[in-house]
Amino acid sequence: MEFRPIISAMRRNKVGAILIAVQMAITLAILCNALFLIEQRVAWSQRPTGTDEANVVVIENQWVGNPPDLGARMQGDLAALRSLPGVQDATSSNTYPLSGGGSTTGLSLQPDQKNATALGSIYFGDEHAIGAFGLKLIAGRNFNSDEVVDKVGYTDLKPPAAIIVTRALAEKLFPNGNAVGQSIYEESLKGQIPIVGVVDRMQVPWVGAGGWGSKFAESSLIVPFHFLSSYPTYYIVHSQPGQAATVMQAAQKKLFDISRARVIEKALTLTTARTEAYKDDKGLVVILAVVCASLLAVTSFGIVGLTSYWVAQRRRQIGIRRALGATRNAIIQYFQTENLLIAGAGALIGIALALSLNIWMVNIFAMQRLNTVYALIGAIVVLVLGQAAVLWPALRAASIPPALATRAA
Amino acid sequence: MFRYYVTLGLRSLRRNVILTALMIAAIGVGIGACMTALTVFRAMSGDPIPQKSGQLYVPQIDNWGPDNHSAGAPDHLENQLSYIEVQAFMKAHAAKRQTGMYATLQSLWPADPNQKPTKVFVRAAYTDFFPMFDVPFKYGRAWSASDDENRAPVVVLSREMNDKLFGGANSVGKTIRLDNEPYTISGVLDEWKLLPRFYDLNIRPFGDADTIFMPFTRAIEKQMGNVGSTQCNGDVGPGWEGRLRSDCIWLQFWVELPTEADAQAYRAFLNNYAAEQQKLGRFHWAPHTQLRNVKEWLKYRHIVPSEVRILILVSFGFLLVCLMNAMGLMLAKIMGRASDIGVRRALGASRRAIFSQCLIETGVVGLAGGILGLALTAAGLLAARSLLTKEFVALAHLDMTDTALAVLLAVGATVLAGLYPTWRAAHVQPAWQLKAQ
Repeated sequence: MEFRPIISAMRRNKVGAILIAVQMAITLAILCNALFLIEQRVAWSQRPTGTDEANVVVIENQWVGNPPDLGARMQGDLAALRSLPGVQDATSSNTYPLSGGGSTTGLSLQPDQKNATALGSIYFGDEHAIGAFGLKLIAGRNFNSDEVVDKVGYTDLKPPAAIIVTRALAEKLFPNGNAVGQSIYEESLKGQIPIVGVVDRMQVPWVGAGGWGSKFAESSLIVPFHFLSSYPTYYIVHSQPGQAATVMQAAQKKLFDISRARVIEKALTLTTARTEAYKDDKGLVVILAVVCASLLAVTSFGIVGLTSYWVAQRRRQIGIRRALGATRNAIIQYFQTENLLIAGAGALIGIALALSLNIWMVNIFAMQRLNTVYALIGAIVVLVLGQAAVLWPALRAASIPPALATRAA
Repeated sequence: MFRYYVTLGLRSLRRNVILTALMIAAIGVGIGACMTALTVFRAMSGDPIPQKSGQLYVPQIDNWGPDNHSAGAPDHLENQLSYIEVQAFMKAHAAKRQTGMYATLQSLWPADPNQKPTKVFVRAAYTDFFPMFDVPFKYGRAWSASDDENRAPVVVLSREMNDKLFGGANSVGKTIRLDNEPYTISGVLDEWKLLPRFYDLNIRPFGDADTIFMPFTRAIEKQMGNVGSTQCNGDVGPGWEGRLRSDCIWLQFWVELPTEADAQAYRAFLNNYAAEQQKLGRFHWAPHTQLRNVKEWLKYRHIVPSEVRILILVSFGFLLVCLMNAMGLMLAKIMGRASDIGVRRALGASRRAIFSQCLIETGVVGLAGGILGLALTAAGLLAARSLLTKEFVALAHLDMTDTALAVLLAVGATVLAGLYPTWRAAHVQPAWQLKAQ
């Protein structure tokens, strides 16, 4: 294929060619950054919590009228919940994974250490916590029931007798991998706290991308407390597989049968909590996908329109070329090569634009650098799109009869 | 003449329906995407209290020391105050009006004992809260300053809460039961929406508003725990008393300072306070304070999620592509009519006449694109609201400004994009075109 005539023809249509090239460049820049963002958000929203999400039911319970016997009431509720048919285990906690609210503390290896070694998110729970959340204990042991004590509100500062930490937190505190049996210190609680067990995984309650918690997403600890408070507390009920819906209904009914002096603001499975927690991430993914699709459609229609115009403008010249012996294929190839040249230039500008757009996004977001693979994928998509869009006008050009050359215009 | 050009423009648009439709669609889609993002941004970054945003300030003070702040506070200042500071600032009365406040969660007992109790957000504040934030009253009034002093069991209900509990009737003087204790209603608010709820950004700033208000002193006395954020540093004693005497920060505090001089005086007051605390040995560091008004505060707290800004950028890039697209198509369309234009020029039409005719034609396309864009914006907002939470799209809705903005943007951008094709049309050489025939 000869490039020279194509380029000299393009020179006479500079503005059109530049318009298409710049359009393709912007499309490419937006496309690959959007794809990258989509991929990151999808991966982010699929991170496991470490719990048996589909079968864990959360019931938010708040007592009304400040009853004095909160501890006994909670024990009664938990015993009733555990005895319900279809329930594997139950515990109570201050929060749950995907909830978006909770408590964080700094953990240190020495007393009075100036800067904490690791941040961890606190879950209260008794010896049933591992079973109720469906966690996997990978080292050490569960709490003994005599380690579990009442904690009266957030202002009760007694230190726990033992804690269970996640693997991520254990590795952060003790990189040599011997966390069980070691002791740590907590910011406001006095005294050393022994680590008795390690669970494989338990995500912190905050899941906003780039938000609080994203820096220590897997660092959680379970402290053996029954949380007695006028704040809402959460009953965590682990149902037999597939029985979450039934258990959710039965559990609420049971609790109201025991006492009506309570508010149950919500009851949900962790699967539902996941949908709610990642709603914005999913929404962003859908919006970006729609924008990308529309962008590709607009750009390709633009190419079709402008190339059709070029074909119409050059009808006589095409007819002459055909009369002088050019094949249909040669005409098609002409327009495809022309588009390839334009799109190629657009892709080059686009890759540069994509990378600078990404640098800006990295600055305002705590986002990763764009993988160059995405820029290349984007470039290929744009080139293929150009070829596909130019096909129809090119075919129309090829169907111009050579006889046109002999006719007067 | 203008009407003739409009007729000509419409006729020319009708001549190539597909090309015209493509142009209008491109502009419409671009405007739709752009306006959706822009409307959301405007709703989220708007001034919640335009008449007073320059007079309401939030003080910050470093009560932890420069070494004890997390990475989230690079300026060594936190977003809330401790009870110690709030007490001191309230007592000092150094501003025209001031209020410490916090949100708490209480159970509301229904009058009908067969109904289950419900949970309500209660805002504990001083009586200055209401005049400070221009809170409108429908019935009654705020509680008095002596109610603040006496820790009186009084409440102010929001209009929604009054509608729910009393069917919208005047309920002043009646009582409600919060956590089993009776509270007398002193006033009922009228419709009051603040977006974002700037005075406490810790809990859903774009979510549902506070429904019940009670004296701060009463809530403290009844040991009502706070909802939102609590951060502690250093020693904390046990129990509620320990919390009050600690350096834990969990309270919001706002002051009203009508003039710039007042603000300067308050800055000096804050610094003096911090210096005094240093002298007393409570702070082991130099005074570090800050005073920000509403707008500065919203900016400082990054209230608009960065995702919204990304969407704005993406949508403007999209609009640019759509406009370039339309420009290419217009170029094709106008140059396709070069021979027509040549004939008109040969028959005596001036360049100006051709230019204005083409300009009107592009204007019509822009207008049509703008109208389509408006429809798409409405659809886009609807979709965004169903796809995202309130913290992302707030209560974004199209108002007159948005509508005008969309049409103006569409016509302006289209005409701008059409300038080059139009210029080319005006410079068609009549002789060449006639020769080619």
